[in-house]
Amino acid sequence: MTNATGKSMSLNRLRLFGLLPTWITIGVLMIGPLLIMAAVSLMEANVYGGVHLRFDVSSYVQILFDKNLFDETEFNPAYLIIILRSFMLALGATILALLIGFPAAYYIARQPDHRKNLLVFLITIPFWTNLLVRTFAWVIILGRGGFMDQVGSFLNIIGPDESINLMYTNTAILIGLVYSYLPLMVLPLYSSMEKMDVRLLEAGADLYANRFELIRRIILPLTMPGIIGGSILVFVPCLGAFIAPDLLGGGKKLMLGSLVQLQFATSRNWPFGAAIAMMLLAIVVIALMLNARAARRHAAYEQGGAEVTHG
Amino acid sequence: MASNLRKSKFRPIWDFPGFGGLTVGFFAFLYVPILVLVAYSFNGSKFAMVWSEFSWRWYLKLLENDDIHSAAINSLIVAFFAAPAATIMATLAALVMVRGGPFRSRAFTAGLITLPLMVPEIVTAVATLIFFALLNINLGLINIILAHTVFCIPFAYMPIRAALEAMDPGLEVAAQDLYADRWDAFRHVTLPLLTPGIMSGFMLAFVISIDDFIITLMVAGAGSTTLPVYIYSMIRTGVTPEVNAVSTLLLAVSVILVSVYWLLSSANRKGEAIG
Amino acid sequence: MKKLAKSMVLAIGSFAVAASAQASGKLNLYNWTDYTPTELIEKFEKETGIEVTLDTYDSNETLLAKLQSGATGYDIVVPSQHFVDIMVKEGLLMKVEGIADMPNYKYVDERFRNPPWDPNQAYSTPYQMGSASFAYRANSYDGNGSSLKEFFEPSAATCNKLAVFKSPDEVINMAHLYLGSDFCSEDPKEMQAVLDVMMKQKECVKVYSSEGINDRLKGGDVVMHAHWDGYSQVGVWEGIDDLTYAYPKEGVVGWFDSLVVPNGAQNVESAKAFMNFLMHPENMALLSNFAAYANAIPESVNYLSDDMKNAKNIQVPADVPVKFGQACNAKAQGLIDKVWTRVMQ
Repeated sequence: MTNATGKSMSLNRLRLFGLLPTWITIGVLMIGPLLIMAAVSLMEANVYGGVHLRFDVSSYVQILFDKNLFDETEFNPAYLIIILRSFMLALGATILALLIGFPAAYYIARQPDHRKNLLVFLITIPFWTNLLVRTFAWVIILGRGGFMDQVGSFLNIIGPDESINLMYTNTAILIGLVYSYLPLMVLPLYSSMEKMDVRLLEAGADLYANRFELIRRIILPLTMPGIIGGSILVFVPCLGAFIAPDLLGGGKKLMLGSLVQLQFATSRNWPFGAAIAMMLLAIVVIALMLNARAARRHAAYEQGGAEVTHG
Repeated sequence: MASNLRKSKFRPIWDFPGFGGLTVGFFAFLYVPILVLVAYSFNGSKFAMVWSEFSWRWYLKLLENDDIHSAAINSLIVAFFAAPAATIMATLAALVMVRGGPFRSRAFTAGLITLPLMVPEIVTAVATLIFFALLNINLGLINIILAHTVFCIPFAYMPIRAALEAMDPGLEVAAQDLYADRWDAFRHVTLPLLTPGIMSGFMLAFVISIDDFIITLMVAGAGSTTLPVYIYSMIRTGVTPEVNAVSTLLLAVSVILVSVYWLLSSANRKGEAIG
Repeated sequence: MKKLAKSMVLAIGSFAVAASAQASGKLNLYNWTDYTPTELIEKFEKETGIEVTLDTYDSNETLLAKLQSGATGYDIVVPSQHFVDIMVKEGLLMKVEGIADMPNYKYVDERFRNPPWDPNQAYSTPYQMGSASFAYRANSYDGNGSSLKEFFEPSAATCNKLAVFKSPDEVINMAHLYLGSDFCSEDPKEMQAVLDVMMKQKECVKVYSSEGINDRLKGGDVVMHAHWDGYSQVGVWEGIDDLTYAYPKEGVVGWFDSLVVPNGAQNVESAKAFMNFLMHPENMALLSNFAAYANAIPESVNYLSDDMKNAKNIQVPADVPVKFGQACNAKAQGLIDKVWTRVMQ
C-alpha cells in the first residue's frame, strides 16, 4: 500500500475525503432505512399503528394467505389481484409509451443538430415539472364535465349532459401512467437511434429491403438496448406508482404503490407495507439484472457485427 | 454524410413518411394537458372544469392565502439547503470518480450514487418514514432536508460528471508545466472550468427538491408542509381553479430553472468546442 | 470555498436552533379538512397574538396513523371520542393541567363535563358533535332516506352514483346498525355479515373518499354520498339546494370531537389558550355557524346565525336512535381491519 513516493498515500486520503460525505449520506439515509424497513417487514404489527418488536413472518404470508375472520388460514387472491393489476397496467403503459415514443425518437434523431437539441430539451421539460401537477391536469381533462367532455359534446360525440365517463377507471390510470413516464422512454430510445449508423440503413435499402424490413431487421435490433432501457425506466416507476391510481383511480383500484401508502395511513399495518415494499424492491433488482444481461449480450452482438463489417 | 443524401430529390427510404406527423402528435400529447391546466387557471368560474370568463382572480386569491405562502417558503428552505449540500457532495464524488484513477470501491460507489434513482420512490418514502419514526428523529423541516439531500445527489452528480469527463485533462498538465502545484492547478484551472457543470448540477438538484411529492408527503410532520403536499390536500378537498393557479406557478418555476440549466449546459458545450 | 462552508454551517446551525426553539406565539393545529373557519383563526390570532398554522387530515384513522409514525410537533389535534380513548391508551396524548380551572370552562354544558372518554377532564375540551349517515340529492333520487337499506343496497338508478367514506370506522358502524349487531363486535360471524353487506355495496360504489364530498355531489358525479349532518348542511348553504341528510330508522352513528394535545407538542401554552378560546360561546358559535354542527356550549345559541337556527339537516327526528362509536379492543379492531382490507382490495 505504501509507495516509494508519499503521493499514493495522500491520493488515497483525498479519495476518501471526496467519497466519504456521499458514502455517509446515502449509507445512513438510504441503505440504513432500507435495512430497517426489511427488519420491520419481519415484525409484528400493532393494531393501533406502529410495531411490536417481535419476530413475525405473517406479513409476507399475508400476501398470499390470509387469516379470514374466523381465524382460518385461506388462500387470498385479493393481493394477487392488486399485483396483477399493477403488472398489467405497468406493462400496458410501457408498451403504449414505446408505441408513442418510437416514431418521435426516430424522427428527432434524423433532424439536423441544432433542432435536435431543442427538441430533446422540449421532451425533458415536462419530466422536470411536478408529477402531481401533471397528473392533476388529467383530472381536469377526464373529469365529469371536464375538457374531454366539453370537446366531446362540441364534436357531438356525446350529448350535452353526458360524460365520456373515463374517470376512476383503469383506462384513466393507464393514461396517467403513460403521461407521467413517457419522457423516460423517449430519451434512451433517442440515444440509441442517434448512435445508429445510417450507412447500415442504406446498405439495407441497397439490398432491396422495404420499409418494414428495414425496421424489423435493422432498426429494431440496433436500438434494442434503448428499447430495453426505456422500458425498464417506465415499467419500474409504473409498478410502484402512487399518484396516478390515487387521483385517477378513485381509491377503488389499488396498485402496489397506493397499497403500500395505505398501510402507513389508514390501515396502520407497517410490517405488511414494508413487506410489499420489499417485494417491489426485489422486482426492481431482477429487472435491473435482466437489463444488465441484455446490455452485455447486445455489446457482444455489436462487437461481432463490427468485426464482420471491418473484418 | 447523411446531410449529403438529404439534399437529393428523392426521400431516402429511412425517412418514414408520417413519422413527422406522429412526432407532432407526440408533442401535442405531452404538452396539451399542461396547457389545459394553465388555461383553466384563468377561469373566472368557481368550477375548475367549466369555462366561464378570463380572470386573474385565482392568482389574486393566492396572494392572500397564508397557508400557500408558508408552504412555498418551506419548499424553498428545503431546496436551498438540500441542493447545495447535494451539489457539494456530488462534486467531490465526481472529482474522485473521474480523476481519481482506479480504486477498489469504484463500482460500489457508482452503484451507491445511482441507488436513489433505481429504488421506486414509494419505497424510499416508506423506508425514510420508518427510519425517522423508529429512531425518534423529529427535527421538523430538517427531516425533510435530509431526505431530499439523498435523492438530490445523483441528479447533481450526472451533469458534473459529464462536464468533468468532457474536460481536457491536458489543461491541468499544462498548468503544472507552468510550475503550478496540484492544488493551484485545481483551484485556478479545473474549478473555474467546472463551474458551469456545478451550476447545472445545482439547478437540477434544486428543481428535483422543489418538485418532490411522495417522499415529502410521507415524511412531513407538523408545519413542514411543502407546496406540492399542500397542492395535494387542495386537490382532495375540492377542485377549484385556485389549484390550477398554484400548479401553474409551480410549473413556471420548474420550467424556468430547467431552461437556465439547459442554457448553461449548452454554453458549456459551446465552450468546449472553443477550448 | 472555506468561507462558503463556514457560513453554511452557521446558517444551518442558527436555523436548527430557531426551528427547535419555536418561540411561544405559535400554534400548530391539525384538524379535519374543511373544519376550521378562517374567521375563527383570525379572531384567535388577533386576540392572543399567536400565529396559527393548519394542517388537515380526512379521518380519525389518518390522524392516529400520523401520530403513531412519530409526526410530533402538532399542538392541537381533533379526534372523535373513541379515538381519544385509543390515543390515551397508546400514550399519544399529553395531560393538560387545569382544564376545569380555565376561565371559559363554566360555559360547558354540565352533561358534557367529564365525559366517559375523559372522566377526569385531564386531556380534552369539547369541540363539536354530530352524526354520520348518508345524504342524497332529492331531485335526482326517488327514495326518502328512511332506511339504511337505501345506502347498502342501492336501487338500480343509484348504482354507480354512490360514494362511501374512505375509512372504516363510521361505515362499519353503519353496517352494524343496519344488521342490528353491536359496535365493536368480536364475533367473526357478525363481522362476516358486515363484510358481505359491504362487498355487495361495493359493486355500486363509484369512489371511496372522505374529502371533496360536497364538490362531488354538486358536480353530479354521485347522487348519494356517505356524509355528516353538519357538512351536508354546509352543502345546502353552498348551493346544493336539494341535498338531504338521511335519518334512517335504524339510526345514525354519533360522534363527539374534542381538542387534545398530543405528546411532543412544543407550544403547550398556546394550545391551552386555544382550548380556552373555543369554550367561549361567541367563538363556538362562530365555529357552528361555519361547520353547521351542534356543540356543548348552551349559550352559543345566542350567537347562532339564522341559517343555523333553520338548518334542516342537523335536526334529529325524535324517534331516530343516535349511537356513539366506541373504542374497540385489539381483537375487535383486528376484525374491523380485516373486513376493511378485504373491502378495499
